[in-house]
Amino acid sequence: MVAKSMEKRSRSLDNNPLWAKTLIYLILTALSLITLLPMVNVIAFSFSEARAIYDNPLMLLPHDFTTAAYTYIFSTPALLKAFGITVYVTLAGTLLNLLFTVTGAYGLSKTHIPGHRFLLWWTIIPMLFGAGLIPFYLLLKELHLINSLWAMILPGLVAPFNLILMRNFFWSIPDELEECVKIDGATEWTALTRIILPLSKPAIATIALFYAVGHWNDYFNGLFFLTDNGKWPLQVLLRSIIIDMSALNMRGTNLGQDVTKVVLTPENIKSATIVFSVVPILVVYPFLQRYFVKGIMMGAVKG
Amino acid sequence: MLKAITRHKFIYFMILPTFIYFLVFSYVPMVGIVIAFKDIQLFKGIWASPWVGLEHFRTFFGSIQFDRLMGNTLTISLSRIVFGFPIPILFALLLNEVRVGAFKKAVQTITYFPHFLSWVIFGGIIYNLLGPNGALNLILNLLGMEKIDFMTNPPIFRGMLIVTGILKEFGWGAIIYLAALSGIDGTLYEAARIDGAGKLRQIWHITLPGIRSTIVLMFVLSLAGIMDAGMEQILILANPLVYSTSDIIDTYVYRIGLQESNFGLATAVGLFKGVIGTVLIVLGNMIVRRTGERSIW
Repeated sequence: MVAKSMEKRSRSLDNNPLWAKTLIYLILTALSLITLLPMVNVIAFSFSEARAIYDNPLMLLPHDFTTAAYTYIFSTPALLKAFGITVYVTLAGTLLNLLFTVTGAYGLSKTHIPGHRFLLWWTIIPMLFGAGLIPFYLLLKELHLINSLWAMILPGLVAPFNLILMRNFFWSIPDELEECVKIDGATEWTALTRIILPLSKPAIATIALFYAVGHWNDYFNGLFFLTDNGKWPLQVLLRSIIIDMSALNMRGTNLGQDVTKVVLTPENIKSATIVFSVVPILVVYPFLQRYFVKGIMMGAVKG
Repeated sequence: MLKAITRHKFIYFMILPTFIYFLVFSYVPMVGIVIAFKDIQLFKGIWASPWVGLEHFRTFFGSIQFDRLMGNTLTISLSRIVFGFPIPILFALLLNEVRVGAFKKAVQTITYFPHFLSWVIFGGIIYNLLGPNGALNLILNLLGMEKIDFMTNPPIFRGMLIVTGILKEFGWGAIIYLAALSGIDGTLYEAARIDGAGKLRQIWHITLPGIRSTIVLMFVLSLAGIMDAGMEQILILANPLVYSTSDIIDTYVYRIGLQESNFGLATAVGLFKGVIGTVLIVLGNMIVRRTGERSIW
């Protein structure tokens, strides 16, 4: 239906004078380039020799191509460990996010049960008022979770936005479907796992991606709740590299010497680390685009 | 009642983990707010520490920090709204005029992408671009102009925060408007054209009214979030040299609370911010309900 109305609109709207069309395309091209070029520049840096970066900071293609920066980061234990921690937290965290959000949303989608309104408000109030950083920090401390990877998984375990999104999706599944199966003698559990969940795959994929990207990009929880830098995830380590290169423990490399002689400088390594941590996002980007847009639409339909 | 519960026990069972999660990680910290009214001595524990009443609030409101923090938080937030709010709308309107599918897709693919990068990554890219030896300063140098201290000059730094914040999110922000635009009935344009309405009149009388409820909703949401001035971005880009224009309530709470262990004061400041945020979002929801047909939640 949407496609049809878009087609109609495109015929009726296509009446821009040539100068206006040119201007629109120029503005959009300029905006895209402003977004794209700084990223291309970083990629080019990561594959260039130090001397070449120094000479051509505006490069868009690598000069004096080298993979030395990547060889360096792949032989830096701190970085590899941080990468492993991020992968672990993203996978384990997303799994738990899904478990809690899907079951919670299923429960909230049943409006006929006694106490439904109470349960609904129970989940809405935390969205409206939060106690703040410090009481949360002290709670984790009380539970001995500071410096535990749980401190990166538990905050935001159930995101109210995703909970509502998922509940709305469950609402869109006709009740009759579930009733039918139950009349045939199936338990509620069977109805849920055999009928409801398979139908909900697109919605579950959407919130899974929301959560996974959130975990991958999260640096607050690591920064706030992990004081032991051996437990740092990639983003927190990267932050300290960007702010201060010493975080990588540079001894043993020839950094900081005469820039014309060495292959590696902080610029290469920062750039390579940035590219390295963007690659996973880039790999899932086609899915992200599709499902995130769908998720935003679902959320926009009725909140 | 008991009968109803046993009859629906499966549903209650499913909701139980989420219920407990919010109990422990949202409601228990709310009890922890008492810290804001106590002089916390960690070896004594929270409950045995002496009460100090509104002492922490008095300290905060009376300190020279207060004006600076509120000023920075509100200035940064309002600037983000004034400059950043219209851009996704204009961008969506422009994109909506594009008839070449591949071009449209390419522009969307490129401009949505920064949304998926963390501020750590995007901050790194910004450093690369705007640092003292960054590309932009090099271009200025080549043009015979003076370098600009984006990272250390307080007023320029604040402008840089606003601009780079917009750069990261404008593409993504347009999606919701594009969705609203695609929901406008195409026959309206046809009718308007037959009536002799030009392009701009069509935008004014059909397009904008068609996405008005979305614009109102997004505007109210951004006003309700006015106390959130962008801590993720500021914790990456800021340094003590630019605190005068970029230290906001959130970064202050982090610094005095977690770095200096001044838990009482930090909790009080966080509570002050949280209460304002709650009032704003509840008010916002009332406004949205009154003007439109929907509710934020």
